[in-house]
Amino acid sequence: MKHSVLHTALAAIAIFGAGNMAASAAWEPVRPVEFIVPAGTGGGADQMARTIQGIVTKHSLMKQPMVVINKSGGAGGEGFLDIKGSGNNPHKIIITLSNLFTTPLATGIPFSWKDMTPVAMLALDEFVLWVNAEKPYTTVKDYVDAVKLAPAGGMKMGGTGSKQEDQIITVALEKATGAKFTYIPYKGGGEVAVQLVGNHVDSTVNNPIEAVAQWRGGKLRPLCVFDAKQMAYDEVVADGKGWKDIPTCKSQGLDIEYLMLRGIFMSPKATKDQVEYYVELFKKVRATPEWQDFMKSGAFNTTFLTGADYAKWVETEEKRHETLMKEAGFLATPGN
Amino acid sequence: MEELVNLFHGFAVALQPFNIMVMVLGIVLGVIIGVLPGLGGANGVAILLPLTFSMPPTSAIIMLSCIYWGALFGGAITSILFNIPGEPWSVATTFDGYPMAQKGKAGEALTAAFTSSFVGALFAVIMITLVAPLVASFALRFGPAEKFAVYFLAFCSFVGLSKEPPFKTIAAMMIGFALAAVGLDSITGQLRLTFGSTELLNGFDFLIAVIGLFGIGEILLTMEEGLAFRGGKAKIDLRVVLQTWKEMPQYWVTSLRSCLIGCWMGITPAGATPASFMSYGIAKRVSKNGHNFGKGEVEGVVAPETAAHAAGTAALLPMLSLGVPGSPTAAVLLGGLLIWGLQPGPMLFVEQKEFVWGLIASMYLGNLVGLIVVLTCVPIFAAILRVPFSIIAPLILVLCAIGAYSVHSSTFDVVLMLVFGVVGYLLKKCNYPLAPLVLAIVLGDKAEEAFRQSLLGSQGSLGVFFSNSLVGTIMVLGLIALFWSAIQEGYSRLRPHSVA
Repeated sequence: MKHSVLHTALAAIAIFGAGNMAASAAWEPVRPVEFIVPAGTGGGADQMARTIQGIVTKHSLMKQPMVVINKSGGAGGEGFLDIKGSGNNPHKIIITLSNLFTTPLATGIPFSWKDMTPVAMLALDEFVLWVNAEKPYTTVKDYVDAVKLAPAGGMKMGGTGSKQEDQIITVALEKATGAKFTYIPYKGGGEVAVQLVGNHVDSTVNNPIEAVAQWRGGKLRPLCVFDAKQMAYDEVVADGKGWKDIPTCKSQGLDIEYLMLRGIFMSPKATKDQVEYYVELFKKVRATPEWQDFMKSGAFNTTFLTGADYAKWVETEEKRHETLMKEAGFLATPGN
Repeated sequence: MEELVNLFHGFAVALQPFNIMVMVLGIVLGVIIGVLPGLGGANGVAILLPLTFSMPPTSAIIMLSCIYWGALFGGAITSILFNIPGEPWSVATTFDGYPMAQKGKAGEALTAAFTSSFVGALFAVIMITLVAPLVASFALRFGPAEKFAVYFLAFCSFVGLSKEPPFKTIAAMMIGFALAAVGLDSITGQLRLTFGSTELLNGFDFLIAVIGLFGIGEILLTMEEGLAFRGGKAKIDLRVVLQTWKEMPQYWVTSLRSCLIGCWMGITPAGATPASFMSYGIAKRVSKNGHNFGKGEVEGVVAPETAAHAAGTAALLPMLSLGVPGSPTAAVLLGGLLIWGLQPGPMLFVEQKEFVWGLIASMYLGNLVGLIVVLTCVPIFAAILRVPFSIIAPLILVLCAIGAYSVHSSTFDVVLMLVFGVVGYLLKKCNYPLAPLVLAIVLGDKAEEAFRQSLLGSQGSLGVFFSNSLVGTIMVLGLIALFWSAIQEGYSRLRPHSVA
């Protein structure tokens, strides 16, 4: 209760302030900004959104408060529909996962990135092939040999969600190796990593941040990264190895590349000024030491794109997902 | 020994004036959050998380975990006074807490609830202090099959619990399962039973169902009875605390059993909600006062509250040592840890000793502070019941509406809450028990998910539920609980003279 009174008071002050200098300054939020996370609390997107919220608050980068709201219903469809229906409300932004592409394709929930205004790509999340450290495979080759030897479906791959990024990579692995995995979907990345530690699955494709704690604890072993080049962080993480020492899957004979978008979108009718405001805000966020620490802890790919470059990247990626999902047979049956 | 040295060092950290201030503030905020239905611990902690970014990590986690304790305490208040559970794990507290309040024993019920919460939490913290590493590795043995077995046990210990005919119980439970099935099917990634409606994407949220079924349903019933409110005689005197404390020690067996159930559920991590239901169910079976459960028995408050707190506290252990949150609130705390640059996992206990032991010490102190804060407020809470019902009922309605709205910030949920209210009223009139319905909504989708994950892993063979001693034992326990009354009856028929 106190909180909302405070909000109203702040908003009133801000409206006053904005009225006085509106003539000279570009657009600025006049109400608290809702930062929507189309996923549950505690996941990768949620962590990033809350880190940003923390940075914005700590460094006073915005005059208005930023409020993180989780809208995870329907594999994130709830959050995207909220933005799609928000018209020209500039006080709503959303952070994306790959469910920007996979949810409409797999469930038929009607939205696409074109129903929103692209703001910026903040980073790309890497995917790493992990196995339990007790297992004998130390290289991709050992692992692939074991996969091929196992009976069809005998190898269990754990991942986050169904018909989403982890399962797409699993299907790509099946194509590359000719073997058949049993894919078991879980709710969150942290849970997946622990299931691997407990030997309830045989391998995972966790993001670095989801599995790093278990790697450092000597429970998991990374085999390769699904990126065109090795990760940039050479600091030692475990066993005298850093993220940089993990080879690319391609160099190990598995020609698979997959990166997940961590980007920002806003309401469909946002003006240029409004988009510009958020782009500048995220540039400031990226310059803080907290952000850099966060990037390092999760071994993120720090590519930053805005404007037409960003839109073009998203468009290409959408086409790619369409092909991947179609090949995997993940498309929603019309009129289900 | 090293642990104890670390712990005392932790106490030194937690007892710094700033940290004590933060602790009290956290508890008070937490109680407020717990009292407002719908806001809940997870949302509350998430909203208040940014407040802590400018603090040192140890103070920040102390504040957040105190909000968590506060919410755990606060959840019991509305359950007992108004039959509206503020948190999922308080549902079982309403079964005996609300009847007690109606008999004018609100003060006793609140005291018993708070005290048992404290006992449960204390037990779990002591366990964390002494056997943290050992217990953490136990959690690793829990795959999907083991998790399903735990949910199975929770359901089974509940069937036949109610005095209603078993078919009514099963019918209510099946309605709950059907409601839990709405939304995204997490195994296939397809939408189910939404009929193209975007409002139903999220399925039926447990909290909205509970606020409607219990809160609104209760108001409707009371209105029918002519707005008579039977809680008016509530004693408002601090002496009630001491009187209740005198009675408490006789329930030590129930307390101990509930502590064990709670710790086990918290670590596995199945969470506080199944813990409280299971503990209530088993207490009803085993206790010699069992036949009075549901009519306002102190023991019926002690059992679920002790287990819920033991579980809520123990849930922090897998979060710290494995990075797997045992509850939604723990999930938000986990996000907080990462923002402060702390990586939960096996290395946290080694690399961040000051932080971990500061947190553990704050669990001891935070619970003590919490107990003192809420107990001194018992007369005030009980006095609320003296307000005429015609004034308080609209207030409860508003509170319920705010609660339902704040779950997903959606007005559709408020309408849904009213619908559930009418459904709750009708079910009560027809003598269908609500508890199995609620249990099925809360745990139905989780149980289904674990069941299907297990079958995926075993390639369809049901043998996976008896494939090792751990999962087999839990399943057998569940089956025994399911057929307990039949077994008992058969036994007494075989030896008729022993019954007489």
